[in-house]
Formats: sequence, C-alpha cells, structure tokens
Amino acid sequence: MPTQLQNTKEKKELTAIWQLLNEVCDPEVPVLTILDLGIVRDVRSLPQGKQGNEEGFEIIITPTYSGCPAMDAISIDIRFMLLEKGYKNFKITTVLSPAWTTDWMTEEGKEKLKTYGIAPPSHSEKKGEIAVHCPQCNSVNTKLLSQFGSTACKALYQCQDCKEPFDHFKCH
Amino acid sequence: MNQLIYYTLHLADNNLILTQRNAAWCGHGPILEQDIAITNITLDLIGQSRNLYQYAAKLINEKNIKLVETETPFSLENEVNEVNEDSLAYLRTEREFKNLLLAEQPNGDWAQTILKQFFYSVYQYLLYEKMQYSKDEQLAGIAAKAIKEVKYHVTWSSEWVIRLGDGTAESKAKMEKAIKELWRYTGEMFVPADYETAMIAAAVAPDVALLKGEWMKKVMEVFSEATISSPFGGDWNETVFMQTGGKNGIHTEQFGYMLTELQYLQRTYPGAAW
Repeated sequence: MPTQLQNTKEKKELTAIWQLLNEVCDPEVPVLTILDLGIVRDVRSLPQGKQGNEEGFEIIITPTYSGCPAMDAISIDIRFMLLEKGYKNFKITTVLSPAWTTDWMTEEGKEKLKTYGIAPPSHSEKKGEIAVHCPQCNSVNTKLLSQFGSTACKALYQCQDCKEPFDHFKCH
Repeated sequence: MNQLIYYTLHLADNNLILTQRNAAWCGHGPILEQDIAITNITLDLIGQSRNLYQYAAKLINEKNIKLVETETPFSLENEVNEVNEDSLAYLRTEREFKNLLLAEQPNGDWAQTILKQFFYSVYQYLLYEKMQYSKDEQLAGIAAKAIKEVKYHVTWSSEWVIRLGDGTAESKAKMEKAIKELWRYTGEMFVPADYETAMIAAAVAPDVALLKGEWMKKVMEVFSEATISSPFGGDWNETVFMQTGGKNGIHTEQFGYMLTELQYLQRTYPGAAW
C-alpha cells in the first residue's frame, strides 16, 4: 500500500478510537468522559506485528491522583470497550509525567460537572484559586468545610446563601 | 543499580508503613470529615508507594538482581520468578524494610497521629520538591505528581497541630506529650544511609542533610503559631538523643507487630487474590 494511503487509513482509525474513548466514563463521576477529564494523553499507531498484517495502537493514559482507585476501573473499561468493537491489537500504557492537571479538563466537562451538582475547578492551583461558586444557586458566598471530600479529587463546601453542602472538584 | 533499588524501596516503605498506621483510623476519626481527611491522605500515600514499588520491581526484574543482603531476600522468588509491587509489600521481612522509624510509630491518640503526619509531610514536601528534578526520570515523575498531593497534607496537618497546640489545656498537653514521644525519631530523616549517599552523588536523590534547615524552619513556624515551646527545656537541636536505624532495616519494637498484621493474609494464604 502506498504510504500516503496508509497514512489516511491510519488517521481514520485513530479518529475512530478517539471517538470510542469519548464514550468511556469516569466511574465516580459518570457525567464525565475520560476525554473530558483529560486522562487520555495520546493514541498512537504501533509498528506492524511480526506477521506484518497486524496494525496495533497504544493508548496513553495518566492518573488524576496517585492513589485514585478509579484508574484501574478506567483501564478495564477502555479494554472492554475496544474489545467489544472488535479491536484486538492495542495496549494501554500509564504515564505519570507530565503530571495531570485540572487545566486539561474540557470546558464542556466543567459545564457537565456543574449541572451534575459539583463545582468545577476554576484553574490550576499555581495561578491561585478564585471564589468557588455554588452549583445550585451560583452564589460565591461559599465556605470550605474540608479539603478532603468523597473522593481524592474533591473538597467539601457549603453554600452560605442556600445552605446546600456540595462537592468542589479541586484545582490540581 | 542496587543502590537505586534500595533508595526506591526506602521511599516506598516510608509511605506504605505510614499508610498502614493511618488506615487504622478508618471509621474511628474524631468526626466524619477528619476521618475522611486522614483516609484520603492515606490513599494518596498508598498510590505514591505503588508507583515506587512498581518501579523498584521493574528494576529488579529487568536486571534479574538478587538482593542478597539478608538471609531471605525477597522471599517470594522461589515461588514465582518475578517480584511485583505486592510481593515487595507483603513478602519482605522486617530487616528488608527501609522506612523511617517515624513512620512505624504507633498512632497513639489523635495528637500523636497528627504530629507524625505533620513531621513526615513537611519532610516529604521538601524532599519531593527537589526530587522533581532528579536525574532519574521515573523518580522525578513520581515526585512531580505526588508533590501536588503532599501540599494538601502539609496544610491539613499544620492546621491540626495549631488547633490542638493553641486549643484547650488538655489538647495542648496531648500535643506536647506527642512531641516528647516522636521528636527523637525526626533526626533520622536528615542522616543519609549509604544508598542515599550514593544516590545523592549521582544526582538522583536530594541531599537530605540539606533539608534539615528548612524543615526546622517550617516546624518551628507552626509550633510558634500553636503556642508550643520546647518541652525539653532548651534547644531543640542539641538536647534530645536521636534514634536512627530504620533506613537500614533496624526497627523499633512496634514494627514487627504491625508488619505481621500487614502481611498476615499473604503469609497465611500465599497468592490469595481478590
């Protein structure tokens, strides 16, 4: 096959895989896909296998927090999703560097979080945190109850106006 | 190469052993939010230690290294050919663990647990802050990821030291008692073991001796805000004997008991899995 044609085929294939990955959701925050979260860092073709006809690919993922138990589940979910769609030659590689940051979360993902009742991260901790808006009434009159919440990625807040306690996805 | 493995295991063991202690608070914290906080910190620590054990296992397996330092090096080797993160945690013997003595100390009351976490988190923050720039890419990556988490641990444990120290007469007394109990184990952090010295020379490990000044500064700032003065009646540096040994596998009496509990399942039912 001429290289150019092959490249086009490869490109199509990779696009199809990215689309499939966008159907894999975070098990703890099921409104977010793993693409919304910025967990998938790359999808790349692997050189042909020994038979010369097995084109494979590699999915590079990165954990949110070092101890996030969802990572194992996410890796399994990706595997099942791809196997179900008939893909066989792929591998999932976890990388730690560069370290994940909430800056990689999509704007769409942040909107979905808010609708779900979790205050989204504003921007990364390096730039400093601005006021956390209550996801219910949008008030900025909110109070930190605990830096640690129901999962590693969340802190517990309470709205001083509507009194509703809520989770805040920490800037990271 | 062996020195890098020992160093990586030392870092991993620090976290695992502190994790095992902290995990005993699960369901027993003074209030729900703090129960969740300490278990969240524990989760971060165990995640970091898994990354470190996985790296150590990779190094050991790749080089097919036999770490013949004690009589039973990596006891699992006879049963399966490769070591992994689990065998490193569950099947090494007491003398093979290289964690700081501080990490293995009993939880005592909430004050002692908090203080132990505070001493360790401040140290871990300073250490990992420098380790981000290690010549070893994997350790640098693990540190750069972990430092974001450890920052929260420092904040949280500092706030609690202040709250208890500057709280009631009783909470202050408990914090002072915890300092008397734990201070003697802090000196070890800044005395490099042989494998650390080798890794410092190779620009893989930060020089722990150089972290002492900053560590003291931060700890004294927090103690001062907590209105705590030295319970030893003088200079913090000179008046207390500092116990060492953990980094080289010589542990305190309590360690054997906790390790027995940690390893019980795999020792009793070898290879048991979920």
